[in-house]
Amino acid sequence: MTSTRLSARELRLGYGERLIVDGLDLDVADGSVTAVIGPNGCGKSTLLRALGRLLAPRGGHVLLDGKRIDKTPTREVAKVLGVLPQAPTAPEGLTVADLVTRGRHPHQSWYRQWSSDDESAVTEALTMTGMLDLADRDLDELSGGQRQRAWISMALAQGTDLLLLDEPTTYLDLAHQVEVLDLVRSLHTHGRTIVMVLHDLNLAARYADRLVAMKSGRIIAQGAPAEVLTEELLEEVFGLTARVIEDPVAGTPLVVPISVHHRVPEPVPAE
Amino acid sequence: MTLSKTSPPPVRRSSVRLARASFPVKARALAVPLAGLGVLVLLIALSLGRGDVPISVPEVVRTLFGAGDEGNYWVIMDLRMPRALTGALVGAALALAGAIMQTVARNPLASPDVLGVTSGASAAVVAVVVLSGSAYGGVSGLVAQAGVPAAALAGGLAGGFAVYALAWRRGLDGFRLVLVGIGVQAVLVNLKYWLLTLGDVNDAGRAMVWITGSLNGRGWEHVEPVGIALAVLIPLTLLGARTLGALQFGDDTARGLGVRVDRGRALLVLGAVLLAAVATASAGPVQFVALAAPQIALRLSGASQPPLIASAVTGAVLTLGADLIARTAFHAVELPVGVITAVLGAPYLIYLLIRQRRRA
Repeated sequence: MTSTRLSARELRLGYGERLIVDGLDLDVADGSVTAVIGPNGCGKSTLLRALGRLLAPRGGHVLLDGKRIDKTPTREVAKVLGVLPQAPTAPEGLTVADLVTRGRHPHQSWYRQWSSDDESAVTEALTMTGMLDLADRDLDELSGGQRQRAWISMALAQGTDLLLLDEPTTYLDLAHQVEVLDLVRSLHTHGRTIVMVLHDLNLAARYADRLVAMKSGRIIAQGAPAEVLTEELLEEVFGLTARVIEDPVAGTPLVVPISVHHRVPEPVPAE
Repeated sequence: MTLSKTSPPPVRRSSVRLARASFPVKARALAVPLAGLGVLVLLIALSLGRGDVPISVPEVVRTLFGAGDEGNYWVIMDLRMPRALTGALVGAALALAGAIMQTVARNPLASPDVLGVTSGASAAVVAVVVLSGSAYGGVSGLVAQAGVPAAALAGGLAGGFAVYALAWRRGLDGFRLVLVGIGVQAVLVNLKYWLLTLGDVNDAGRAMVWITGSLNGRGWEHVEPVGIALAVLIPLTLLGARTLGALQFGDDTARGLGVRVDRGRALLVLGAVLLAAVATASAGPVQFVALAAPQIALRLSGASQPPLIASAVTGAVLTLGADLIARTAFHAVELPVGVITAVLGAPYLIYLLIRQRRRA
């Protein structure tokens, strides 16, 4: 078993009356990029919110560095674990630099609001995401991809080893999705552990070391993309008839859906 | 700028550093409250000079430093100074409450009116004036001096806590707070109208002056409560400013940054209720100051959320300026300050609504 700093034990999660996740266990492997995949409403965002202590569990608990996350002061958690919610909102008139500076919140106090550490962390985050030249621009003026990079910069400025990203590619076109995921991958090479929820299976297979496939609040399979992303699993989890071939570029599994209009009588034998 | 390609400049912010303390300094954010304070001092000086006994500004200054006429000293210190200070303090308190509410609700149209404070205070004051009026033959003596402010404070706090309690559901949600507040406000406003119909016409008239918001005849006894409340609440509110800064984002983002969102929001809204209740008890529900001042301060300082100190200063300037117009522009007639703020505020509200609709 690989070492883990973030894990879930017998997690029960829900909103209102509805229970979405019932008895889930998960160990996030250190230093890996983990992508959580699954059909709409399977509880993957709910799981991510619980891992980031944004949602209090009904039962079970989340462990961060061996301690229950809900018993750890939220500020201390924020120094180790960063969360980027899905489609985050910012007020009008906020500049990129303002936003990224907010990432320093857990490291500041009322009398210590802008130290040299803050300055270097913000500069470093903006450099890493290539947003330094846009630091003084209003967030509203940016393209979708740039805006997402600005938000990721904020999470980076927080200076955490663990980063949870809830659908960081939502609303982005394919080129910008690739751009953002390349950035995520480069963060990982700097030693960070990343857990993200992704919709696009092919990009998930390409950019993640580990996939966690969920259905109806349960984990159906987890492991390396090639082990998880099989034709049987797609049928079981998504109810999708598809062929899985090798991605000609990355060598990772590539999902090619078969719709009713494209039923092929016999699979073409692969050499 | 060719060099910036190879070694981009770090994100520099001018800052003040002293031992372990450090604060970012933005020139514009500093200039607005300072300029506002200058305008405020000027307005106070003008306000002290204007009236039945006109006193020139240099004479006002000389008198304040003890070198002037004794009669003028009495006029200034006993009649005009308390009124000017009440106006400035009430304006500052209302604006601060407004700045908190607009940030918590993430809506520039939110104001402490939505908290049920002003409508609660109005209903309580009308009840006291109208119900005691018929029994004691007019509002005077104890009822007028202690009864009205006490009723306003009690009514304002009761209204505020009613909204607070009804909106509470494992924490305060900005949107729910506004919805519940509008509902409670509607009930209280109608209660007020019903009470007005019960009373004698003269009592109703007297009550109307109060519920318009007026600084007429304010003495030192009106300055003290607001002054003390502000001295306590302003520093406490400023301690919450960082939380307020994080609350402008979504709750999830703020929580992710290690902010105790529910606790912070509950305390800040409580501060807004107290500020608005004390202010309303002193001058009545002066309208639109809480709504407009934070937004004006926001635009002047080019920030992304209403800055607290600049809002307070702007509120003071707005209220005092409106009062100066109210009591001098119409010769013999002294209008309640609330009439002027409402006349100034209504077009501003329409402007905000149009702007919001365009954005949506």
